[in-house]
Amino acid sequence: MSVFVNKDSHVILQGFTGEHATFHAQDAIRIGTHVVGGVTPGKGGTTHLGLPVFDTVAEAVAETGADVSGVFVPPPFAADAVMEAIDAGIKVVVVIADGIPIQDMVRLQRYRQGKDCLVIGPNTPGIITPEECKVGIMPAHIYKKGRVGIVSRSGTLNYEATEQMAALGLGQTTSVGIGGDPVNGTDFVTVLRAFEADPATDAVVMIGEIGGPQEVAAARWAKENMEKPIIGFVAGVSAPAGRRMGHAGAIIAGEADTANAKMDAMEELGLYVARNPAHIGQTVLRALRENGIAY
Amino acid sequence: MNIHEYQAKDLLRSFGVPVPKGAVAYSDAQAANVAEDIGGDRWVVKAQIHAGGRGKAGGVKVANSVAEVRQITDEMLGTRLVTHQTGPEGSLVQRVWIEQAGEVKKEYYLGFVIDRGSQRITMIASSEGGMDIEQVNQTQPEKVVKEAVDPAIGLRDFQCRKVAAAIGLNGKLMPQAVKVMKAIYRCIRDKDALLAEINPLAVLGNGQLMALDAKINFDDNALYRQPQINEMRDFDEEDPKEVEASGHGLNYIALDGNIGCIVNGAGLAMATMDAITLHGGRPANFLDVGGGASPEKVTNACRIVLQDPNVKAILVNIFAGINRCDWIAKGLIQAMERLKIQAPMVVRLAGTNVEVGRELLTSSGLSFITAQNLDDAAARAVAALKR
Repeated sequence: MSVFVNKDSHVILQGFTGEHATFHAQDAIRIGTHVVGGVTPGKGGTTHLGLPVFDTVAEAVAETGADVSGVFVPPPFAADAVMEAIDAGIKVVVVIADGIPIQDMVRLQRYRQGKDCLVIGPNTPGIITPEECKVGIMPAHIYKKGRVGIVSRSGTLNYEATEQMAALGLGQTTSVGIGGDPVNGTDFVTVLRAFEADPATDAVVMIGEIGGPQEVAAARWAKENMEKPIIGFVAGVSAPAGRRMGHAGAIIAGEADTANAKMDAMEELGLYVARNPAHIGQTVLRALRENGIAY
Repeated sequence: MNIHEYQAKDLLRSFGVPVPKGAVAYSDAQAANVAEDIGGDRWVVKAQIHAGGRGKAGGVKVANSVAEVRQITDEMLGTRLVTHQTGPEGSLVQRVWIEQAGEVKKEYYLGFVIDRGSQRITMIASSEGGMDIEQVNQTQPEKVVKEAVDPAIGLRDFQCRKVAAAIGLNGKLMPQAVKVMKAIYRCIRDKDALLAEINPLAVLGNGQLMALDAKINFDDNALYRQPQINEMRDFDEEDPKEVEASGHGLNYIALDGNIGCIVNGAGLAMATMDAITLHGGRPANFLDVGGGASPEKVTNACRIVLQDPNVKAILVNIFAGINRCDWIAKGLIQAMERLKIQAPMVVRLAGTNVEVGRELLTSSGLSFITAQNLDDAAARAVAALKR
């Protein structure tokens, strides 16, 4: 089992014929992802990587039964591409672009209201269910099938946690990057809820960073609604206030935005908190042991 | 991106927000001319730097004569103003804003932000003007009123009236307040701003509402479609190393430690700084090389990090996804040779093409200190300082 994507997902890529999309479509196919085609307006009717290319998402859905889309189009056009995917009935849209204007995201979030579609990202490495389905730009080979879910704002910290877990023999059910932007499609709570409902997931790693209220809101939600242990880490203990640390959303605007305030709150709410970024793997192990979960 | 107060006031005036009569000046003589041009008998001279907290730092002064305007300007220009936001080195004052001083009866706070909780443009208002709104929110949360705007419908008059009434802008002030609120909303929406703040919004002796200060912050990701805003950028207000880094596609932020950091990804870059701190060291900078970094880009990263004279050791931490460890290694070798780097360099590589990358570093014969993982890398970097 897994969350959001699996071996049965029918995946298309928007901006399919671009360099990154091509490279990562090949990597995705290599691990078994069911990529059924792609969309590049103006190139409909051609083939790419031996797969059909369509002018519109609606045509791709009609012809291939696609239900998941990886959006690889550049930031100025990304929000429009996501709306097109939602309009065409895609159920999971993964937005890779780093640099979408925030008000485009505000309008996109409004457009989504009442529509049944999960938008993951933007500014995310994507989502991967190891050995089944990758929609994104992460190095698929570092992820191994296992029983721990990962959800993170940062891409590279997601890889870091994955490697630390691999060194201890731990793999993932699914790993989700919700992205580093201040307004994003999916919050931590949505992903935690899915992991809680997934019988194959025993524990969840939640990796946050400075800025915004999401981590603490998720920890508060989890205290009331989750049985499974959560391992938390928040990056940026050493970050200065008022500076945007790489990610558009990583900025300390007030005391509650700091890494220590978030990790203190997480601890109070019953999470296993790794205070050192190098200790995420061993904290997962401790959480599994203390909860009597075999691994 | 931040802009100066005078730019923010000009912009807001163009949207219909009432601001005091004023102009910018670059010399004491020009300041005297400005004061005479705008008229009146009392003026405010305000140092134009991006940082807040100018008032307490002596960057805002009232003048009772044109001669005094001239004298205050002469004293302010060319000094480095140190506020709680500038750091100890302060910010150089290169221009001042001169405006008519009015009689202030009451001060309010009015701002618009993109609120991360509601994911909408949200109006924030308070009867407690002239104070730090964050502080008011903590000590008197009942005095801070918030109203989110549905982007499909826009800010409605009734919402403005509701907020105005809640902070006590009643009667004849209400129609003025509605006009000001809608004007600021149009500004933040049309110009892709992240924050537009009037603090204080004052009621003057003549019963008129007036924006006495203005702060606007814009979305860097939207500057490609905001040429007018892009032109307002003042590079003098930014760290030259940060400006140069962004020209090379690198995200660099100077800090005050002595271990230079070169990392890929914002999250890992922060975590690397955190790991250094946990080992008792202090990071000299945040640096994200981004994705698909070429050897040239990595060499540039080394050069920028080493421009900081405090840097005594370098920690390179790369977990390659769309990056390639072999390209990173080539860039580091090139940097070592071209820049003749003397400082110890600790390198941790992981991910795509890691074997090739490590082999390149080893066979180069150069004195890289290789690390196995994040913890090991931070420990070795801190230890390298003591050699």
